[in-house]
Amino acid sequence: MLTLRLALRNVLGTGIRAWLNALIISLALVVATWNQGLVSGMDEQAAQAAQAIEFGGGQYWQEKYDPFDPLTLDEAHAPLPPALQALVDDGRAAAVLVLQGSIYPRGRMRSILLKGIDPGQPILDFPTAKITADGGELPALIGGRFAKAAGLARGDSVTLRWREPGGAFNAQDAAVAHVMSTTVASIDSNQVWLPLAKLQEMARLPGEATLVVLARGTPPPPAPPGWTFRDADYLLRDLRELVKAKSYGRTIFLVIFLSLGMLAIFDTQVLAIFRRRREIGTLVALGFTRGQVIRLFTLEGALYGFLAVILGALYGLPLLWLQARAGFPVPTGTEDMGISIGERIYPAYSAGLILGIVLVSLLVTTVVSLLPTRRIARLKPTDALRGRMS
Amino acid sequence: MADEKLIRTENLVKIFPMGSSKVTALNRVTLSFQAGEFAGLVGPSGSGKTTFLNIVGTLDAPSSGSAFVLGRTVEGLSHREAAWLRNRSIGFIFQTFNLLPVYTAYENVEFPLLLLKTPAAQRRKMVMDALDWVGLADRARSRPAQLSGGESQRVAIARAMVKKPPLLLADEPTANLDAENSHHILQTMEKLNRQLATSFLFATHDEKVIGYLRRKITLVDGRVAGDENCRARGAEGTEPC
Repeated sequence: MLTLRLALRNVLGTGIRAWLNALIISLALVVATWNQGLVSGMDEQAAQAAQAIEFGGGQYWQEKYDPFDPLTLDEAHAPLPPALQALVDDGRAAAVLVLQGSIYPRGRMRSILLKGIDPGQPILDFPTAKITADGGELPALIGGRFAKAAGLARGDSVTLRWREPGGAFNAQDAAVAHVMSTTVASIDSNQVWLPLAKLQEMARLPGEATLVVLARGTPPPPAPPGWTFRDADYLLRDLRELVKAKSYGRTIFLVIFLSLGMLAIFDTQVLAIFRRRREIGTLVALGFTRGQVIRLFTLEGALYGFLAVILGALYGLPLLWLQARAGFPVPTGTEDMGISIGERIYPAYSAGLILGIVLVSLLVTTVVSLLPTRRIARLKPTDALRGRMS
Repeated sequence: MADEKLIRTENLVKIFPMGSSKVTALNRVTLSFQAGEFAGLVGPSGSGKTTFLNIVGTLDAPSSGSAFVLGRTVEGLSHREAAWLRNRSIGFIFQTFNLLPVYTAYENVEFPLLLLKTPAAQRRKMVMDALDWVGLADRARSRPAQLSGGESQRVAIARAMVKKPPLLLADEPTANLDAENSHHILQTMEKLNRQLATSFLFATHDEKVIGYLRRKITLVDGRVAGDENCRARGAEGTEPC
């Protein structure tokens, strides 16, 4: 207690220098928290968007379906087994048929994926209702990115070409019924969404689907033979990996920033030991052991960490709270990185995140404060009293 | 080995390495001091006065020989035991006062009692008594930077005597003070010695201090060159130092 009291007095006694050191560390803390919060928010938002718009509560895949191998698509479809059909009929799942195809906007061929989905499906949160067939031209739903890349707009007509099961090519014109704005790039890029029944009819695959998306919160029944269930964790793993990779990058940034703060403490400690040799000698003469002196100086350094936490809480918490409410505008081009995020990222700060960063900072501050005190262990009290270094 | 004398040294030797050579600061010094003495080590710079004080104060260990202080063998003490002995039984007064700069006069004097874990009420009384003794009760809230040299040294004396140690070691206590303050300080110390029976051992070459001593040990080149009892100021009998 005495050591702590003395340490506190010594730190506060240095006046503006103490607060400058604390300010530097607090900046590192706040920026680190903001940074990690941004990654967490991105992760959370992306996962939620991906689940709401693409993955649902998991998917049953036809056994030959491999989303990373378009060549499997010719055979990756099968009639819906009764168990899955029942889910679809109950409105707890949506069937999707995926075929490889191409379009010819402005006379240029583009490879695409033709995806059939029931326009009235309630499972995935994107405007499938816009492709309700009304007996006129085949309605197609495309994403904003694809529309921009292919030079298509609402009302445009485009020729679709696909391969039938026998191997023959077939083609039909479709009208762009709606251009959707979505944060999930994987339902947008090079994809044309059509009414499921129409696509089944066009491809001569009545009642068949490539995958079945389960509604969120629905307990998944066992996968029927020939189908594989992929849960949300499996479907989100690429996304998680991507976020993790970004998190590593940000951690390096955090380490660099924190190191600058620690350098300030290290420097202060080294200087303090040098300037306060006589005081060290006096403390020893008054009955302090070397261990107590080392503890005192270490505590002084660690107190900068505590001051930084207090200071950081004073200005950082309101700032972080505001940021979490207002969000952070996503820079142009981020949407093409493969992460489904909205126009703004809303950082997510958990108690664990804040506590973790605070604890790591306090630990690192203490260790950094301890390192220069090894000098004290070598310092002879008689030399210290005369203001000399041993 | 326990010893009834306050301090006893036998063939005390202290050698300091100085680059590739060695300097003998104390050369077979054998001395003893009784409780209640007001004694001083005098001699030119480099004669070994401070070294002797440091060893007796358990801040340093001898190269060879023995030093017994308050019944304890200095060379056999661990760091912790030495700190404990200094904390309980030895008071230090330095040439440069060595007050803790962030503490007030009151807190500086209180510091040794905090180390001794003295209860708060008793501590307050002891601190105020000590400040009263040195005539600085009214400066209790002042910080060292706000005190004059004389006042600082009086606070240092209060800090050294607040725990009522049997032994006070003073290394050139008047070197940074003017004549008036020096006499004031020395009178305070003399009063302490008489009224509280605190033993004083000085290291000094200041004639003003020497004038107050009742025993003068002269050190030259680390050896005892003289040891004489002197008449206390105002007393009759022996010659003044």
